Amino acid sequence: MSILDLIRFRQKNSASAAKERLQIVVSHQRAGITSNKPDFLPQLHKELLAVVSKYTDIATENIQVQLQNEGDFSILELNITIPSS
Amino acid sequence: MTEAKVIVVTSGKGGVGKTTSTAAIGAELARRGNKTVVIDFDIGLRNLDLIMGCERRVIYDFINVINNEATLSQALIKDKREPNLYVLPASQTRNKDALQQEGVSKVIEQLKKEFKFIICDSPAGIERGALMALYFAEEAVIVTNPEVSSVRDSDRIIGVLNSDSKLAKEGSEVKKHLLITRFSPSRAKRGEMLSVEDVREILAVDLLGVIPESPAVLSASNQGIPITLDVDNDAKFAYRAAVSKLLGEPEPVQTSNKWGFLKNIRIFKGEPV
Repeated sequence: MSILDLIRFRQKNSASAAKERLQIVVSHQRAGITSNKPDFLPQLHKELLAVVSKYTDIATENIQVQLQNEGDFSILELNITIPSS
Repeated sequence: MTEAKVIVVTSGKGGVGKTTSTAAIGAELARRGNKTVVIDFDIGLRNLDLIMGCERRVIYDFINVINNEATLSQALIKDKREPNLYVLPASQTRNKDALQQEGVSKVIEQLKKEFKFIICDSPAGIERGALMALYFAEEAVIVTNPEVSSVRDSDRIIGVLNSDSKLAKEGSEVKKHLLITRFSPSRAKRGEMLSVEDVREILAVDLLGVIPESPAVLSASNQGIPITLDVDNDAKFAYRAAVSKLLGEPEPVQTSNKWGFLKNIRIFKGEPV
């Protein structure tokens, strides 16, 4: 593989990274607009934090909430990291 | 801690490189050890999160903080590369009317206690979002392409800075810096493009830097990496020089060796290809 191929490969790589990132962002965006209801994720996040905090010491950034649209259904992805100690 | 500085990145015209420049300058200030926050003022059309590569980490936003629906520390996204760098994303679902001077002022005052640099990424135009982004600024980076419509719009935004900013209303002045982006030295040399001196002369603003037209800018935005944190390239060095000037520091010496070009290839940096 020549150096030129490596450069080309890297460029292709950055475009596919862009496509992947956009697909996620756009699906989230469309979900928000078509359902035409207020974005409930902040409130959901807040309440999750309150519930989990009752049982363990946890910070805001330990809870990640993502909503992804996949055609006719949506995936609500929750990631709760509980710090050791 | 020294006094916080509020800097707006603005242009009037869209698509000239405001968000790219905000990310590049903010990341470089942070890399040099200054606690820095970049704020997206483009309510409803946010993009700074994408350019910074933190779009999947947005939970709360600027408007949530203004409306007391979240605290500032909940909304600030800490960069994973630079420990001194934070992003305050715009809301994607509200419109620009959500930006009221009082609310924005409250957030800026709070940020001033924690950060050394507050970089406001202005939306295009001269509507509310743009006016709010520049209102609290002490300094302004005017991003301009060497092209007629961009130069005219920059002149217009300079007029707005001189009349509608907080400092202007107090009888003072916003310090303005000209940042020319997408510049092609060869085309300017052939007389096909306005020269740096032409643009500087028309706008009568001190030159902060000249960023060459570079394929590296697209590659960085594809990956969500601020150009100043990406692998070595011409635009990165130009932004670094501009930041040195902004800080009043001598220009960094560009280290290059005979293998310089190889540093651009991931495999030689030990990164996954």
